[in-house]
Amino acid sequence: MTDLINRILPRVQKPARYTGGEYNEIIKDKSQVELRVAFCFPDTYEIGMSNLGMRILYGIMNRMEGVWCERMFAPWGDMEEEMRKHNLPLWALESHDPMEDFDLIAFSIGYEMAYSNVLNMLELGHIPLLAKDRGETLRHMVFAGGTSTYNCEPMADFLDFAVIGEGEDLNVEVLECYRSAKRRGLTRKEFLLEVCKIPGVYVPSLYEHTYNEDGTIRDIIPLEGAPETVVKRIVQNMDKAFFPTDTIVPSTQIVHDRTVLEIFRGCIRGCRFCQAGFCYRPVRPKSPERLYELAVKSLENSGYDEITLSSLSTSDYKKLPEFADKMLDYCVPRGINLSLPSLRADNFSVELMEKVQKVRKSGLTFAPEAGTQRLRDAINKNVTEEDILRSCATAFAGGWNKVKLYFMLGLPTETDEDVLGIADLANKVWRVWRENSPNRARGVTITISTAFFVPKNGTPFQWEAQITPEEYLRRCKLLKDNLKGKSIVYNYHQSDLSMLEAVLCRGDRKLCKVLLKAHENGCKMDGWTDYFSMEKWMDAFESCGVDPKWYAQRERGKDERFPWETVSIGIPRKFFWREREAAYRSEITPDCRKQCTGCGANLLYQGGPCDE
Amino acid sequence: MNRLLFEKTGKAIYISHLDTMAMFPRIFLRAGLQIKFTQGMSPHAYVSMALPLSVGMSSQCELLDFTLEEEGVALETLPERLNPYFPAGIRVLEAYDSSEKVKNLRYLHVNTRLEYDNGASDQCLEAIRGLFDRETILIEKKTKKGMAETDIRPMISSMGVSRISPQELELSAVVCAQNPSLNPQYLVKAIERYLPEYTPDFSKAHRLEIYDENMRVFR
Repeated sequence: MTDLINRILPRVQKPARYTGGEYNEIIKDKSQVELRVAFCFPDTYEIGMSNLGMRILYGIMNRMEGVWCERMFAPWGDMEEEMRKHNLPLWALESHDPMEDFDLIAFSIGYEMAYSNVLNMLELGHIPLLAKDRGETLRHMVFAGGTSTYNCEPMADFLDFAVIGEGEDLNVEVLECYRSAKRRGLTRKEFLLEVCKIPGVYVPSLYEHTYNEDGTIRDIIPLEGAPETVVKRIVQNMDKAFFPTDTIVPSTQIVHDRTVLEIFRGCIRGCRFCQAGFCYRPVRPKSPERLYELAVKSLENSGYDEITLSSLSTSDYKKLPEFADKMLDYCVPRGINLSLPSLRADNFSVELMEKVQKVRKSGLTFAPEAGTQRLRDAINKNVTEEDILRSCATAFAGGWNKVKLYFMLGLPTETDEDVLGIADLANKVWRVWRENSPNRARGVTITISTAFFVPKNGTPFQWEAQITPEEYLRRCKLLKDNLKGKSIVYNYHQSDLSMLEAVLCRGDRKLCKVLLKAHENGCKMDGWTDYFSMEKWMDAFESCGVDPKWYAQRERGKDERFPWETVSIGIPRKFFWREREAAYRSEITPDCRKQCTGCGANLLYQGGPCDE
Repeated sequence: MNRLLFEKTGKAIYISHLDTMAMFPRIFLRAGLQIKFTQGMSPHAYVSMALPLSVGMSSQCELLDFTLEEEGVALETLPERLNPYFPAGIRVLEAYDSSEKVKNLRYLHVNTRLEYDNGASDQCLEAIRGLFDRETILIEKKTKKGMAETDIRPMISSMGVSRISPQELELSAVVCAQNPSLNPQYLVKAIERYLPEYTPDFSKAHRLEIYDENMRVFR
């Protein structure tokens, strides 16, 4: 007779994402396994399997003797309904064993809007949501890593601990610590007191947060010898770091269904709104020789016919021209596509695009982020109108007829003039197309997208108030009314979601109860418009007596203590303040190659110097 | 034309037809074999499959057509060369040259397991036998113009009903594979319609063999 899972699978959408069994999946003999890790990605399989970090850590943990790391993803609604109806707990793709069978439950959280999915997955796994309810023993130790953990205070009640920064070395140390604790029969608390000694491990329950009457942080008190500051961990030698060349090839289409090759970490640019640009510092490239070796191995192993170079700013890879040529020599005769995302708007990039996109001219994307030079200087986005127009001219002349331009609305110091500047730029791009297109009859599509700016922790704008959703929508309308012609398409992001993001990313522990309530209200998959419900979230805030505006729309005082300040990304607060002041003067800060700006991230890098 | 005979069972039955098509060129590349590309605006490795297999159905008689770029490869070595590179549940059984056109594929032998959680009575078995002895079996089918009644009896060439266990029965049918084709799910739909009290709790189908119009095994 057919078991329950196999009876349900034919009824749900895209069942292959729940079965495992893919090429390169790792199966171990349970009798030889001492530690079982459920590696959870709080989103769908298609999103999670597209995450390179997840693939790196899956490889690293499974290389450890006696450790079996398996994958779990958030089920889509139809599957969740079946699971709840039949009381079928969330299972790991490899063994099909339930979450309860695992020692460690690890979450990779890259995005605040995944928090509700973390709670939902724990519930579907039959694991108590609150860390304090998980008992005295070591079993079901729940921890998290990823960009969101640079401020994991809104998740403090749910996590036993967090791993801060890059996980290549840190996860191995944590697992060894757990293995030793398990052998010695330590309690949960005894283990947490040991693991918090590992650099990069943050145990929220070992810190007491006290508050002022106005709700701001009064003090953060480390307890029982927990370190005052937890500094993020980084990989010291990128060329020697593990890279998964024999990684899982999904049997069903995922978002990034291709080989992803990370070329460097960090970013030299210092755009003031960008959390990734600061959190992933210092800049550490891989050598072109190593990259070529990894690329060929990965392509041969997977059989993919596409490879994408991944980094925060591909154009800033110093040896890109030679490396791209070498890659093309490998790819072109084999019919393999090379894709180069995150290129800067300069002529070199467009020429490179022409080289790599010989057949299909898909589209060009530029991110000027702001409509006027003054505001681009304020956010330190060092791209000029001239750069953009010149790149567009080259591209249009070369036959491209689709351009996407990304902006943000609600940036600090933004005025209506800046908003109108976006429309102006769009119209100029259209004129450039008229002047340069070899075939005007084909027409052109210029897509303008605006996102609602979210001030993030770990950036110079961490003190800023976010504008209200009403004001954001007014600016969207102002822009829309000034965009002329049917060649220009305008998209803008949902305002509610970005406001919630602003609440959670700079939130404190008072939000834990809101999250719990939101989960009880049925919030999940908040990054998906199919599921996101602002009403459910607002109800959660109201019933907990927490005002979301206080988090999103309040400017922080210069010396106000931040809930996340126990965790350090290696860049001191005074650097960010200096950058914030420069923003208000619309003064740019040169990129790291022109001049070291003294952000301090180099101190993390014993293997340094940065960028070499 | 080069052809593979392969099976798709276990976890692989949930991989869709399109995903299976996308997978094969990668398998060849993993094994270090290039296959011929399509011409045109967006060249890609060309593979073609005979009868799309529904998600959830297993098979031991799937065919895949392709052309190896390199000449002189001993096709009989392909199963051994390709099999290490598949996801769980897919395995090549044979590789050969074939001039048999897929349009000549006519019949399909398919077994459908019927599962009854509370047991399958002998009356149930007899009733189902009786059903497939009828002259006409009408089922509702979605068409472009909405729901329409179709007689599936002419598309069933032979049918046997047997007991596998106290809870399981099996339909062993030879049905039309193309023009028109009969999806084995309609056999269960017929039970639902004519014998609602004997609707199984779960059913699953497995393709056993394919034939040409003279009931010779099709390769």
